Amino acid sequence: MDAAHAHNGHGHEAHGHHYTGIMRWITTTNHKDIGTLYLVFSLTMFFVGGLLAMGIRLELLQPGLQFWQPEFFNELTTMHGLIMVFGAIMPAFVGFANWQVPMMIGAPDMAFARMNNWSFWLLPPAATLLVVSFFVPGGATAAGWTLYTPLSTQMGPGMDLAIFALHIMGAASIMGSINIITTILNMRAPGMTLMKMPLFVWTWLITAYLLIAIMPVLAGAVTMILTDRHFGTNFFNAAGGGDPVLFQHVFWFFGHPEVYVMILPGFGIVSQVVPTFSRKPLFGYSSMVYATASIAILSFIVWAHHMFTVGMPAAAQLFFMYTTMLIAVPTGVKVFNWIATMWKGSLTFETPMLFACGFIFVFSMGGFTGLVLAIVPVDIQLQDTYYVVAHFHYVLVAGSLFSLFAGVYYWMPKWTGHMYDETLGKWHFWLSMIFFNVTFFPMHFAGLAGMPRRIPDYALQFADFNMISSLGAFGFGLSQLIFVYVVVQCIRSGAKAADKTWEGAEGLEWTLPSPPPYHTWETPPVVK
Amino acid sequence: MISKWFRLIAAALAWLAAGAAGAQSRYNLPEPQSIIAREIYDLHTLIMWIIVVIFVVVFGAMTYAIVKHRKSVGHQAEQFHENTTVELVWTIIPFFILIGMAYPATRTIIAMKDTSSPELTIKATGYQWKWGYDYLQEGISFYSNLATPRDQIENRAPKGEHYLLEVDNPVVVPVGKKIRIIITANDVVHSWWVPALGVKQDAIPGFVRDVWFRADNPGTYRGQCAELCGKDHGFMPIVVEAVTPEKYAQWVAEQKKKMAAGAVDPAKQWTLDELKAHGEKVYAGNCVACHQATGMGIPGAFPALSGSKVVTGPKNGQINVVLNGVVKDGKPTAMVSFKHLPDADIAAVITYTRNSWANKTGEAITPAEVISLRK
Repeated sequence: MDAAHAHNGHGHEAHGHHYTGIMRWITTTNHKDIGTLYLVFSLTMFFVGGLLAMGIRLELLQPGLQFWQPEFFNELTTMHGLIMVFGAIMPAFVGFANWQVPMMIGAPDMAFARMNNWSFWLLPPAATLLVVSFFVPGGATAAGWTLYTPLSTQMGPGMDLAIFALHIMGAASIMGSINIITTILNMRAPGMTLMKMPLFVWTWLITAYLLIAIMPVLAGAVTMILTDRHFGTNFFNAAGGGDPVLFQHVFWFFGHPEVYVMILPGFGIVSQVVPTFSRKPLFGYSSMVYATASIAILSFIVWAHHMFTVGMPAAAQLFFMYTTMLIAVPTGVKVFNWIATMWKGSLTFETPMLFACGFIFVFSMGGFTGLVLAIVPVDIQLQDTYYVVAHFHYVLVAGSLFSLFAGVYYWMPKWTGHMYDETLGKWHFWLSMIFFNVTFFPMHFAGLAGMPRRIPDYALQFADFNMISSLGAFGFGLSQLIFVYVVVQCIRSGAKAADKTWEGAEGLEWTLPSPPPYHTWETPPVVK
Repeated sequence: MISKWFRLIAAALAWLAAGAAGAQSRYNLPEPQSIIAREIYDLHTLIMWIIVVIFVVVFGAMTYAIVKHRKSVGHQAEQFHENTTVELVWTIIPFFILIGMAYPATRTIIAMKDTSSPELTIKATGYQWKWGYDYLQEGISFYSNLATPRDQIENRAPKGEHYLLEVDNPVVVPVGKKIRIIITANDVVHSWWVPALGVKQDAIPGFVRDVWFRADNPGTYRGQCAELCGKDHGFMPIVVEAVTPEKYAQWVAEQKKKMAAGAVDPAKQWTLDELKAHGEKVYAGNCVACHQATGMGIPGAFPALSGSKVVTGPKNGQINVVLNGVVKDGKPTAMVSFKHLPDADIAAVITYTRNSWANKTGEAITPAEVISLRK
């Protein structure tokens, strides 16, 4: 290694490459390689989960049962949820953390490089368990991604595979989080104080703490299902003195912070992109940091708003309603700050900025419906209807996914050293934006009119809205093929990207060459 | 030209408003039929208007910036990036808006929870996949199954007006009376939901919850199970018929007469054919969802009865399974206990399964044999 370090400054590519071909990727401890692995993995799972979504919308295109039997339909909705949450969105953000956090804070790599490798390579076996569960007797688990007991206790062996997959992915997430926290707290370049960190790094620091707090809770909940299923315990079996609602409480104690795990790093990405294309510093940096921390803390005391219909006492309903409504305050602060950043800027609308603006717009729509759902009496009507489906797809697809797209277009020139095709990128944005709304906006109406979620067939009054949603969904699915094409083309060819790709970009990563050498910041930069 | 556009927009708005105010709007909650549903409807409308105002202000500002502060129109970026006053203002103002929303919501929540002094109490039990109702004072009990024929669901027949929202036995209640529904479940979590009455409550096995409503007008109000409960979650609707108190009294009398007439004489001697014919009906009401009309079940999920060792084996074994359900590793399975069915029904359905499809035992099970195995 000493010899390698002697080449410092001109021979970066020469060292670290102990293996080539597939073995390079299996043994790699390099944060950039691992980031790439995470991103490729999550893109793959995004298409697997997307395929399941297409199956759902195909059945719902018309009333009546056309393609699937109801139990397989339930498998589709369940696995679509699990794969998108644990296979696509979460690993994609970890991929961003791997690529960006060390480059943005001036660290040479992640703190625990070998654990980093391990936490990625746990994911493919877990994903395989999930996908393989479709082919075991009884099929995949059909209890919904929320795995409510006692329904999940009734499931076949597919449920056990899902439980093991969640265990493995949970372990991977915890290791990844420990790594991110340690890296951020210990490996910042001299002069990079906490309040000078880019907001993306801040949001990931907070997210990593959330993950460490909640993944063990999920692991505990699914382990209790496992022992209820096979080892004679009665945690959730009322006949044995257990409580089916206990599972819902434990699950949502995990589940609500989990939805912020999937959105906070997205806030971070948008907070990098908006100032760049506004050519103006982020407005209210410190209030953005405090708002993120407030959202994270509040996320632990709102979980029961997912279960207003289980029959809680009025005092509990009121408590969870008030805390849930409070979340609107810091979330609103974030949106206002983004708009204040754009205000009197010098705006241009390259693809990352389009996705960031699209994010602010549609995420806010999801925030508004979240406010509607926080109101207990209204929630009683809307709980478990398509209104809820519309709400969480507005925050998760148009929120998390659009922020991920913004991030990919923003940093891909840095990662590959090539510019992507701007025209195709814009097509990708506009088609995604239009088809997303065609798919999910009518679901608000279907939900208000009384269509329950997770049903394979519906009353005739919902037929028009469902057909519109299905056609929109097919369009949305097809539009994502443009993204794959743009990414592949950008990796293979394209104009040379400048080191500072965007005129208004600020931050350490833009002082590195594009693409950055295999090892960066072996000598830490000094931040003033 | 401008006035033409203005007229067009005004017409469109009027149409939308009419849609929002009219009965059974397709874009809004169903027309409320109880005081709670009315309060929910009004709360939702209030919040929607607040949201519309916030939307216009916030995205008006964003749109203005997008149009006016672009580089392409030559706008130079200013460099301000901090203002504590502004931050405080947009933290505190939303807080007061939220209080404005929370106050009316709190009142409604407290009203919803008041299930005291009901005039009629009905117990609703969720089963995979039907609802059972017990009128506790009147002693009336019945099951409420989906009435939509299989042919419509599988697209072999045109779909009826109330496709998937129709049942064989609706819940009948008198209008204007406070009805308390006690809700529980037999197997997994279900949810009893009638949107027009503003009632949704999860049905939880082993726990009892209650809700109340008072129907304002006579009518038929339709809802569905709202919590995923397995494969036929989408096929267990709820239908409430609100009738005048006179009609309700009439209905109660009829039901009581029907129940008395329907009670089978325990001394009745059944022939094999009678048992099979009756058993086929019982099978259609209780077993067909899992074991299927073909008796083949669903491979991997629900076992076939045709050729089954239990069904063609000793009869006591099968009677025990139907009476007590199947317990595996100390846990109930999807094959739950059916001991709530009358002896004659159990005897008939077992006879039917032992003499249908590939099963040709030729045995008739008598209600007495079922009685002897009841614990």
